[in-house]
Amino acid sequence: MLRLENITWSSPDNRAILRGVDLTVPDSKLVVITGPNGGGKTTLAKIIAGIVKPDTGRILLDDEDITEHDVTRRAREGISYAFQQPVRFKGITVRQLIETAAGETLEYKRLCEILGNVGLCAKNYLDREVNATLSGGEIKRIELATVLARHTRLSVFDEPEAGIDLWSFKNLISVFKNMRENLSGTLIIISHQERILRIADEIVMIADGRITAQGRGEDMLERVLSSGGIQTACCKEEEIFDE
Amino acid sequence: MNEITKKLLSTVADWTGSFKGAFSIREDGCGIERRSTENISIEPKTDKPGLDIRVKPNTKGETVSIPACVTHGDVDDLVYNDFYIGHDSDILIVAGCGVHTETGEPARHNGIHRFFLEPGARVKYIEKHVGTGKGAGIKSIDPVTEAHLDEGSLLEMDTSQIGGVDRSTRKTIVTVAAGAKLVIRERLLTEGEQTAATEFKVELNGDGAGADVVSRSVARDRSYQSYVSEIIGNAPCTGHTECDAIIDEDAVVDASPKLSARCADAALIHEAAIGKIAGEQILKLRTLGLTEEEAESKIIEGFLS
Repeated sequence: MLRLENITWSSPDNRAILRGVDLTVPDSKLVVITGPNGGGKTTLAKIIAGIVKPDTGRILLDDEDITEHDVTRRAREGISYAFQQPVRFKGITVRQLIETAAGETLEYKRLCEILGNVGLCAKNYLDREVNATLSGGEIKRIELATVLARHTRLSVFDEPEAGIDLWSFKNLISVFKNMRENLSGTLIIISHQERILRIADEIVMIADGRITAQGRGEDMLERVLSSGGIQTACCKEEEIFDE
Repeated sequence: MNEITKKLLSTVADWTGSFKGAFSIREDGCGIERRSTENISIEPKTDKPGLDIRVKPNTKGETVSIPACVTHGDVDDLVYNDFYIGHDSDILIVAGCGVHTETGEPARHNGIHRFFLEPGARVKYIEKHVGTGKGAGIKSIDPVTEAHLDEGSLLEMDTSQIGGVDRSTRKTIVTVAAGAKLVIRERLLTEGEQTAATEFKVELNGDGAGADVVSRSVARDRSYQSYVSEIIGNAPCTGHTECDAIIDEDAVVDASPKLSARCADAALIHEAAIGKIAGEQILKLRTLGLTEEEAESKIIEGFLS
């Protein structure tokens, strides 16, 4: 179980982004954190992954205080993070990146499974460099694949729908459903997308740096949808690209 | 063959006790072992140090290894090797070089290679350079390559300087005839006070000639690199030259890609990018469980692979 206690964080120009967040994320659940832009969702996700250090508060993973643990240590302790805007690497191939994520050399079959889960064919991608020749959608799917390869107990996805096409988005829902059903780990997804909200076990709303509501997905859904700012399932491909 | 040569050969030419195909091993300025094959002859020059390597037309799938090693200080090796590649052949040339010194005396190898590719010939050329030894003597390697690609031929050069070389000056001059292609992939690592200068000059002289010259380098500490690349399009042709460098600490990199179009149908492109490792790249790899140092090594290893 992940527990955040009184997390605050201000930006370098002293704007309060998180104003005392208390959050408990149960094990083996798919939790979607949603809310208006600028509300602190991505900062919260980065604080969980250790990318951003909170100004105050504590982070506990299975009752262990990991607040002072850096990114590497948290990764080794079982926290994965998928970036909203993935990084490109000249010279590092898709295979090398996924095997780095997995921490071991993988058989072709396993690589196929991982890439297949994000809608990519291994034979077309394994030897390609993770560089500018890949489209925004391709690089995003590879980013998700690096998290799938890790099998960690807590996986954080920052707006996984951003930058991918509609076809991939539909598959993404299946990927998350599959992860929820087959993995014992917890999934935290930062998202504005109705279809992602609909598969959530729990929904957390954050606005102006505070948790404004949290509850079971089915109980929270109507409230979240009526609050505005949520992209509906029938949105056009361009809208997803524009995220 | 001394023990240092054996170590250098395994590093620069993947030597495992023997070579497949034709070969010549040079140690401290002298040829010590040589073998020709039915299709590839290797003969010493009579007027100066070096070899004439002749590949018969239509020779396919054979390898020529011509590594050179300098194993102690106070050696200044100069060698002239000429390669005559028969038409429609398809071969691999491995030409690594290692320099080693344990003293304050300098160790230098200067290989001057000329390639003459007949129509339709295809050559893959692999050249690794390394410097070893704890001596303060300067370890330098200064290759000069001149290549003439006849119609429809292909020369792929894969060159790398993988560490330990204090000074290097590489000059490569290539003429490319109609339908012929030149592909160069250079990888370079300099550290400490090392310096490396690379100069490419490629003339695309025939209809459909092509050149793709890409250098990736890492300059660390206080090392210095310069990259000068010039592609001249004298005919309807395609040319691309690119220099990507990762720079660290107080290192200095100068890059000057240059294009000269002397034909309206010459399509030429140049690119150059110099910068330190992006913080986001290190962060991403850290989220996969690597330390900052491991992430940096991974990025550099990939960049130079």
